[in-house]
Amino acid sequence: MTGKVITITSGKGGVGKTTAVANLAVALAADGKKVVCIDGDIGLRNLDVVMGLENRIVYDIVDVVEGRCKTRQAMIRDKRLPELFLIPAAQTRDKNAVSPSDMVRLCDELRQDIDWILIDSPAGIERGFRNAIAPADKVLIVTNPEMSAVRDADRVVGLLEAEEKGSPSLVVNRLNPAMIKRGDMLSVDDVYDLLRIDVIGIVPEDENVIVASNRGAPLALEAKSRAGQAFRNIARRLEGHQVPFMELESQGLWERLARMGRK
Amino acid sequence: MSDTTLVQIKGLKDGLLVTLGDAAWSVLQEALLRRVEEQAAFFKGARLVLDVGNQILKAAELSALRDTLSEHGIVLWAVLSNSPTTENTAQILGLATRIHKARPAEIQAAKGIDHESALWIDRTLRSGVRVEYPGNIVVLGDVNPGAEVIAGGSVIVWGRLRGVVHAGAEGNQAAIVCALDLSPTQLRIAGEIAVSPARRGQPKPEVVQLKDGRLQAETWMPG
Repeated sequence: MTGKVITITSGKGGVGKTTAVANLAVALAADGKKVVCIDGDIGLRNLDVVMGLENRIVYDIVDVVEGRCKTRQAMIRDKRLPELFLIPAAQTRDKNAVSPSDMVRLCDELRQDIDWILIDSPAGIERGFRNAIAPADKVLIVTNPEMSAVRDADRVVGLLEAEEKGSPSLVVNRLNPAMIKRGDMLSVDDVYDLLRIDVIGIVPEDENVIVASNRGAPLALEAKSRAGQAFRNIARRLEGHQVPFMELESQGLWERLARMGRK
Repeated sequence: MSDTTLVQIKGLKDGLLVTLGDAAWSVLQEALLRRVEEQAAFFKGARLVLDVGNQILKAAELSALRDTLSEHGIVLWAVLSNSPTTENTAQILGLATRIHKARPAEIQAAKGIDHESALWIDRTLRSGVRVEYPGNIVVLGDVNPGAEVIAGGSVIVWGRLRGVVHAGAEGNQAAIVCALDLSPTQLRIAGEIAVSPARRGQPKPEVVQLKDGRLQAETWMPG
């Protein structure tokens, strides 16, 4: 069995990479897969907080790389899902503590008995980013429907193409249908128009995401949550299933008729 | 051949210039890394310019070397090459391909360029990519915001031009810029600068040239 390594990155900070990693990991693990998430943001770690595992950290990724512990010892088991693990980042070191080849070695070891390895890349395009993409089989780029985030995403797509990492897939996060309707926000089509890469997920804006990350319990397990559903759909698509995109805009009868008339 | 003939090192004002000899890439790379390991203290923290001569390098090869060097605390910031393919690769990776003083060979090449030669780019240029060429440039794809195209001659974009474009960068006032959808962040021909007006209606192919000292856009009519 060989697991797949998925790196989640964005260029710009604050677009929801960590949230995406936590939720995809939970969704995949809830589907019965063995999942490890790796926090690549050495020095500014967050994934442990979002997953609610901060107080269980004993060893971190730098300890693994520098040989102070076995990989197994740095893998923290999730509170709710027994097949979900986190390898946290070190908080007191910086990105240079780990090299791209360290990451490749670590992931090759994990691949042996893990189905999905998700790497949370730091913002930026420097060392931390290069560490995160080095072992990737597939890269997901998270962006918001916002000009500055899309520009940075475009830069990252260019870098990935240059590194011959294959074409990445796009997750458009924090979409607000009401704002798009008013013409105040870029639509998914606008984002696609610039980036021209495969869209693997569209996640609506949802206040509960913040609540859940403060509680340390990603909401992909909550059946009713729209954002949670969107992340579950992305997880299904990663596993190779065809899942239609959710209808995000609740349209009135007149609009629907108008739309049909135009077609 | 010994390492010192394969790998020559020279100090520059702001870094080290490493000139590689003529051998297979794997041999050169090994020789360079041996030198780096032998003189680790000397190389630590260095900014490196690598002159690869006629080597034709792919992105994976260059980026692997860059990563290995960075593990030794060395920053690879420029790659000099006689091969346009390698230059192109370096530019995609965000490495410089010129250092302040152009090499004599380059200046000659630039002088020899006329209207018959052009750099052919058959992909979209994304944010962060800078393409510089002393002759004409043809892009078969889009030029996205954040990308820069700088040509000594004219620039033709068979796609959407939304980044920064500079035609006639060395002062050629006869240079033109055309694109199927012309809405650059900024457009320069020789010394003149313009920004595109807000879009009205459907995009159409347009050509910009210098007329009476001003940049003027017109519908692009072949012929």
